[in-house]
Amino acid sequence: MTDSDVAVVGFAQAPNVRATSGTTNGVEMLVPVFEELLSGTGMRTEDVGFWCSGSSDYLAGRAFSFIAAIDAIGAFPPINESHVEMDAAWALYEAWVKIRTGEVDTALVYGFGKSSAGELRRVLAMQLDPYFAAPLWPDSVGVAGLQARLGLESGAFAEQDMAEVAARSRADAEQNPHAQLSGRVLVAELLARPYLADPLRAHDCAPITDGASAVLLASAGRARELRDRPAWITGVEHRIESAELGGRDLTASPSTADAGRAAGAEGVELAELHAPFTHQELLLRDALGLDGSVRINPSGGALCGNPMFAAGLTRIGEAARRVWSGEAGKVLAHATSGPALQQNLVCVMEG
Amino acid sequence: MTEIAEPLSAPLEVGFDYTRSPGPVLGRFAAGLRQRRITGVRGSDGRVHVPAVEHDPVTAAPLDEFVEVGDTGTVRSWSWIPEPLEGQPLPHGFAWALVRLDGADTALLHAVDAGSADRMRTGMRVRARWAAERVGGIRDIACFDPVPDGPDSPGDADSPDDAGAPGDTTSAAPRDDSGLEPVQLLTTPIHLHYRHSASPEESRYLRGLAEGRLLGQRCPACRKVYIPPRGACPTDGVPTEQEVELPDTGIVTTFCIVNVPFLGQRITPPYVAAYVLLDGADIAFLHLVLGCAAEEVRMGMRVRAEWKPRAEWDTTLRNIDHFRPSGEPDAPYESYAHHL
Ligand SMILES: [Zn+2]
Repeated sequence: MTDSDVAVVGFAQAPNVRATSGTTNGVEMLVPVFEELLSGTGMRTEDVGFWCSGSSDYLAGRAFSFIAAIDAIGAFPPINESHVEMDAAWALYEAWVKIRTGEVDTALVYGFGKSSAGELRRVLAMQLDPYFAAPLWPDSVGVAGLQARLGLESGAFAEQDMAEVAARSRADAEQNPHAQLSGRVLVAELLARPYLADPLRAHDCAPITDGASAVLLASAGRARELRDRPAWITGVEHRIESAELGGRDLTASPSTADAGRAAGAEGVELAELHAPFTHQELLLRDALGLDGSVRINPSGGALCGNPMFAAGLTRIGEAARRVWSGEAGKVLAHATSGPALQQNLVCVMEG
Repeated sequence: MTEIAEPLSAPLEVGFDYTRSPGPVLGRFAAGLRQRRITGVRGSDGRVHVPAVEHDPVTAAPLDEFVEVGDTGTVRSWSWIPEPLEGQPLPHGFAWALVRLDGADTALLHAVDAGSADRMRTGMRVRARWAAERVGGIRDIACFDPVPDGPDSPGDADSPDDAGAPGDTTSAAPRDDSGLEPVQLLTTPIHLHYRHSASPEESRYLRGLAEGRLLGQRCPACRKVYIPPRGACPTDGVPTEQEVELPDTGIVTTFCIVNVPFLGQRITPPYVAAYVLLDGADIAFLHLVLGCAAEEVRMGMRVRAEWKPRAEWDTTLRNIDHFRPSGEPDAPYESYAHHL
């Protein structure tokens, strides 16, 4: 590894739950997450070179809500800090750049969201084109349904495939103590359930989740002090598609395909995909060229817990854990933001 | 140590009008809608975008070649919303649809009023239902209606099957551009509903106020006393824990004289908004200083809370109507300099 290489060396997350009684600034969720993350490495808060977070004022219902979350860090005397109004996986990208430039040698990235505070399906309409889409209040499940139907009717996948994704995710989540949903379900049973927003059933949609997660990054010089087998980031890229929903090819995920190609997705053994809807996992697997030999979402994925603005970062932490443990040599983590997989980030890590 | 009680929570309504300048391209599209006309824009690759876009999604080139398209089109995809949410176009079950209008190459997101999911299908023909009153915006189209007996179009057809579609630039109809001056402002009312929760520490403080008590909490690490208490000390990142009851006396650390009238003002200007540092606290909070002429207020001035009548108390700091000078000698600057 060269001096400018960066590794994921720490990860912690709050329980994924339907609702917390905490504040929308996430402090109650973040304090124990930071404690767990740092105590696992022997670092103290003042040793962290750069802090970067992902969250949303629309989720919190108030302006500059991320400022209050900074209390959880211990922000005085002043710290080196930044924020993205996106999933915290994009904050990780910023932190990765910060280490690559040599400005700092460690960075702590965190994301949090209390989705239960508002009406998530309506809140997410605020991320659509504000001129001619958002004024109609298209809800996130309805928009995802448009994408699912395009995939179903083009023959890319069937409702059976979607239900299989849900069943596999919940079965895998039985091994994940932080998961919101888990358990054994029969595909036939899922397919007999009513539609929530035809063609989507409830099991096709991620649950509404409150949660937070945090990831620690370190430069080559520090990584081995902090972790025996660091997860070296060998590629991280993100791409965005047009805000013109009806002008995009919703039956594919070209931005994921581009990001995956640029990040070096080929040959991964395991992938954590941020798919809040079952059909989106199918589109992502296709875009990334992941065949049946690749282990998908051993954590259960976002379908078993989708804390907004943290779930993508969680995928990076979950994938890195498999490298630390030696379970996998080359892994991929994916994060999405925006409607119908508009923005996608791919992070490839190796042991 | 504090007893365990459910944190306080209350509804939080967020409402505002988003007012945007759409610019010449989107503004022209909006102006067309007011005239019951749908005006797309031609992309660098010849594709017609509806709704209009300012820049080509592939090349990023600025676009300004307007193309009028039909108000009938074909459903490319749909999802059924059995119970509409607040703000959506129809009060009863409807379909979100991507509608490719005749003459357009991209699809418009809108609602189709089909009555039931059984009547929806990809490829069905629909026509815009115009709103009775149109203001120049996407809601000038109330929704789309199925076209009875309309022949389905193949979902992936390359061109519309209507002969002489408006997008066909060879059609001879003379163009009338009157009334298409771009709309200057688009206004979208936003109403969002939340349940706002106070932290456990804030809840202790707010419940204390209802009893006429001022409850702060001390950081276990740096020993600073915060009022209102905080979920975490900003210096140490640990929750404040030890409860400290504070007196209702303190000093003015800094202040401003409000001379400007504004909407919702409770007091006639001039009046003083000040940071009040309660005795024993390490953080000041904002309140009013009344009971003397505004120009007499000064840094270091000793003040005392003027409580409202007990019958009016609730779980807010409004229980203290204002602070007034206590008449004690001013605090020396050094005693509060590090709290500024
Ligand atoms: Zn402290």
